[in-house]
Amino acid sequence: MRRIHEHPILGTLKDAEECTIVVDSKPMLARAGEPILAALLAHGVYATRLTEKLREPRGLFCGIGLCTDCLVTVNGVQNVRSCITPVEEGMVIETQTGGKRER
Amino acid sequence: MNAETPDILVVGAGPAGLAAAIEVSEHGASVTVADENAKPGGQLLKQTHRFFGSERHYAGTRGIDIGTKLVHKANDIGVKILLDTPVVGIFDGLVAMAVGQKRLLAMHPQRTILATGAAENAISFPGWTLPGVMTAGAAQTFVNVHRVRVGERVVIVGSGNVGLIVAYQLRQAGSDVAAIVEAMPNIGGWGVHAAKIRRMGIPILPQHTIKETRGDGRVEQVVIHQIDKRFRPVPGTETVIEADTVCLAAGMSPRSRLAEMAGCAFVNVPELGGRMPVHNVVMQTSVSGFYSAGDIAGIEEASTAIEEGKLAGLGAAFSLGRVEQAVYKERLMAYTEALDELRCGPFGKERKQAKDRVVKGYDEIAN
Repeated sequence: MRRIHEHPILGTLKDAEECTIVVDSKPMLARAGEPILAALLAHGVYATRLTEKLREPRGLFCGIGLCTDCLVTVNGVQNVRSCITPVEEGMVIETQTGGKRER
Repeated sequence: MNAETPDILVVGAGPAGLAAAIEVSEHGASVTVADENAKPGGQLLKQTHRFFGSERHYAGTRGIDIGTKLVHKANDIGVKILLDTPVVGIFDGLVAMAVGQKRLLAMHPQRTILATGAAENAISFPGWTLPGVMTAGAAQTFVNVHRVRVGERVVIVGSGNVGLIVAYQLRQAGSDVAAIVEAMPNIGGWGVHAAKIRRMGIPILPQHTIKETRGDGRVEQVVIHQIDKRFRPVPGTETVIEADTVCLAAGMSPRSRLAEMAGCAFVNVPELGGRMPVHNVVMQTSVSGFYSAGDIAGIEEASTAIEEGKLAGLGAAFSLGRVEQAVYKERLMAYTEALDELRCGPFGKERKQAKDRVVKGYDEIAN
């Protein structure tokens, strides 16, 4: 697990309510209110999408919603910034595989 | 006029914006702060290190605690903060924002203070788009705020204060830092930070840079090499490091798009991060009614951002007739002195001279 439970400055990670999200059809436990990308990284999912033309993986880059590299599909809505969008119970997340743009 | 329109609108709830809003409130003018994030405090929220300087500049206090203090003070004094509210445009003085990311609100405040902060610079090299390559700030956000390790073994590009501090904080969080590479011949950040890093056994390699990253789906190897004084690779110096993360600490640029939309005149000052709106001694830009404060007015520290925020708040409130002449003079002098104090020493002096050029840019346009 990649969560930082003990930290010399910030102390012990406070207990948070757990919620279950569904990532690419698989259930995943997340901490309520954390960004989608934090949950993905905690479970070792680093690529949030493949680019449309070259199918290259992309993931966390700026972490504050500026660069739009870490896009995912949330409850059917494409191109959601996973680094700043909080998880919600039952949220259905798909890592994007490009080519979803309507032509 | 919209009922929600305050006397003064502040864009950005980081150190500069909050300090500006508090100042405005102290003079009895109504103020609203709009911020795109879910929480106020800006980038202070991820800064677990202690600040330097004198006591009145929060020396010895951790950034995260300074942020919390400012937020409490703003709340106590009655500052209205709209969160999840990006300001999306300025059209002829009309400021448009998406309240709660949902409702579009356009207002025409009498004064607007732009405290939009900065964005980190990227560097490109083969493999820079692979997951695992990220800005140093992104790593800091995920480690210190969201409490998730971004990788097990990290190479940091850039030895300025951000690179050095993030190296230390990644190590605190349990990641291994393989090396810090620095293209210049000298370490960019303060000696105290660099010494701390070296004591931890993390090598800082001057005149080295990243050549490429390799990996299937994410970073698995990082290739670095030595460069000469003209930044050309030195043959035979390539080293392959087994690492899964690269953090880019290559400086920041002012986030000045709203100032562009407002029609502000700009000046290019490389030492402060590039192009920024010119401003006068109370942070007013070349467009009447628009002020700037903090990193948008030149990349510096949170401590200087706070003082600039106070100046902008003071200037804006005074221009609306909310501040008595004597109080104005007294505070103007106090905040200016505080900034001068923060801009001393070898690093600060250079910034002071650079900031003077931003003000000179204003004077040239005004006269």
